[in-house]
Amino acid sequence: MNVLEASGLGKRYRTHWALRECTLEIPAGHVTALVGPNGAGKTTLLNLAVGLAEPSAGNVKVLGGRPAGSQAALDGIAFVAQDTPLYKNLSVADMIYVTRNLNRRFDQAFAEARLAELGIPLKRKSGKLSGGQQAQVALTLALARRPRLLVLDEPVAMLDPIARHDFMATVQAAAAADDVSVLLSSHVLTELERAANYLVLLSRGQVRLAGGVDDLLATHRHASLEELVLAYLRENPVEVAN
Amino acid sequence: MTVQTLPAAAPDDISLRPVPWRRMAGVIWRQHRYALIGEIAVLGAVAVVLWLIGTSLHHDYAAALACRPAGSQACAETALTFSGSFAFLANGGILQPLPVLVGAFVGGPLLARELETGTFRYAWTQGFGRRRWALAKLVSLAVAVTVPALLFSLELAWYYQPYFATRNQAYDLTEMTPLYPALFDLHGVVFAAWTLAAFAIGGLAGMLIRRVVPAIAAAMAVYVGLAFATGAFLREHYLAPLVTTGSLNLPNSAWILSQWWTKGGAVVSPTTMNHVIDNTFTSVNPAVNSPGQKFLAYQGILQYLTEHGYTYWTRYQPGTRYWPFQWIESGWLLALSALCIAAAVWLVRRRAA
Repeated sequence: MNVLEASGLGKRYRTHWALRECTLEIPAGHVTALVGPNGAGKTTLLNLAVGLAEPSAGNVKVLGGRPAGSQAALDGIAFVAQDTPLYKNLSVADMIYVTRNLNRRFDQAFAEARLAELGIPLKRKSGKLSGGQQAQVALTLALARRPRLLVLDEPVAMLDPIARHDFMATVQAAAAADDVSVLLSSHVLTELERAANYLVLLSRGQVRLAGGVDDLLATHRHASLEELVLAYLRENPVEVAN
Repeated sequence: MTVQTLPAAAPDDISLRPVPWRRMAGVIWRQHRYALIGEIAVLGAVAVVLWLIGTSLHHDYAAALACRPAGSQACAETALTFSGSFAFLANGGILQPLPVLVGAFVGGPLLARELETGTFRYAWTQGFGRRRWALAKLVSLAVAVTVPALLFSLELAWYYQPYFATRNQAYDLTEMTPLYPALFDLHGVVFAAWTLAAFAIGGLAGMLIRRVVPAIAAAMAVYVGLAFATGAFLREHYLAPLVTTGSLNLPNSAWILSQWWTKGGAVVSPTTMNHVIDNTFTSVNPAVNSPGQKFLAYQGILQYLTEHGYTYWTRYQPGTRYWPFQWIESGWLLALSALCIAAAVWLVRRRAA
């Protein structure tokens, strides 16, 4: 099963194509890193995948052929947006309540146990938590939905190094133990190094490289993901054209 | 600090019954309880004040009606006491902003806050589905905003009831038409309908503007324009006005729209008419002391002018049309609100991140 299939996918904002001619298959069971420079179209691709944006061209399907944004797709995907938005005036307990009631499945015991382990008080308002804690709450809520696909947009960009480590550890553990596929975007490559085993490189709205990390490293003879990405972007300067 | 707790594997059922609507009730309450409590607090506070002064007003009214003998100096004073009682409320002006304060402050932030803070990315990717989420929120809160307003308008109807009483005239007390523009939308069902409209306009403005404060401001501006246009131009056309030449037989409950004189089929200008009336008054000038005599004096002038070929026309809406007008206005406000809510839901579905 493919967790994501894009075919000729494009998204135009007014006259600017944020994503063009994107044809892509991401198989299930991977932690996929969506990397690329700022403005490469990472967030656009993720928004299309979770149904927050409508394609201007082509189409995108998730979880083995469910149309992105459909009831069936929403049911199986949990999305944590950039800056991990929570309702600031709701307590953590209320966020749990709200998320449980907005979804068919919700593992309340998991959510409470995990937040207890993290030392995040349920009675505190979300807005009073630190950035790292807010990210952990958002991730916990997403995992408690028991998704087949977890989509994270720049999940660690705003976090300090320790919070980054904790966050990625949770993602990795969930992916390993749980058969959850993960699709995450980031421009902080070092954090993805350990976690990702599938790579999609975007640049100027187009897919430049996609495949298993080990395969890509072997083919292109690089020691690390970071080297591979940097080398690729230097060796293949993108045509400056629109 | 690697956390080991993990969720159980997702079951593979793809039997996709949507999340039940009723689950939104608790979600809405948790997210909007302060707005709803705020609404009830505002209306409740005004209701308590109105009840206190309303009790006093009704007392003064009862005293004026009970006064005997009618026409005496003592009775003129009780009538004056009633007329002067809380005169600042009598024309309803200061209560006019209530529907928009309540409606726009609940409706404006409803979608605007989600868009302003980015939480729509959370809300619209949950299993409930964004179209159903928007519909559930807008409709539930529309009801939650309208019901307290409806209850509050019952108290307003009670408060203003002495001013509309049909027997006031006989006691020389103020008697207003129930169609009086600034009071018409404060009693009956229309008060709640305006509150609902303010809410729906606020909801749509929030979706269009995507910022809380500008959305509330825009909703208020639209509301004020709409309320003014309705009172000043639209309402008098709900049913075709009646025209009569027997203006003296019109009860005070009639809402008089315009009056004019004609002579030989042509309209006489007000300036010319004033001269004519002044001249007539000196020729037919009975002593005017009591209300009864005043009436006779007018009758005398009217009779004189009628005999000399003048006709006095009055265009008006009878007071008996109060309820038809209430339903007509509530009806189109309800339709407008439904339209605004439908448009907001459509935009939620359409809007790209």
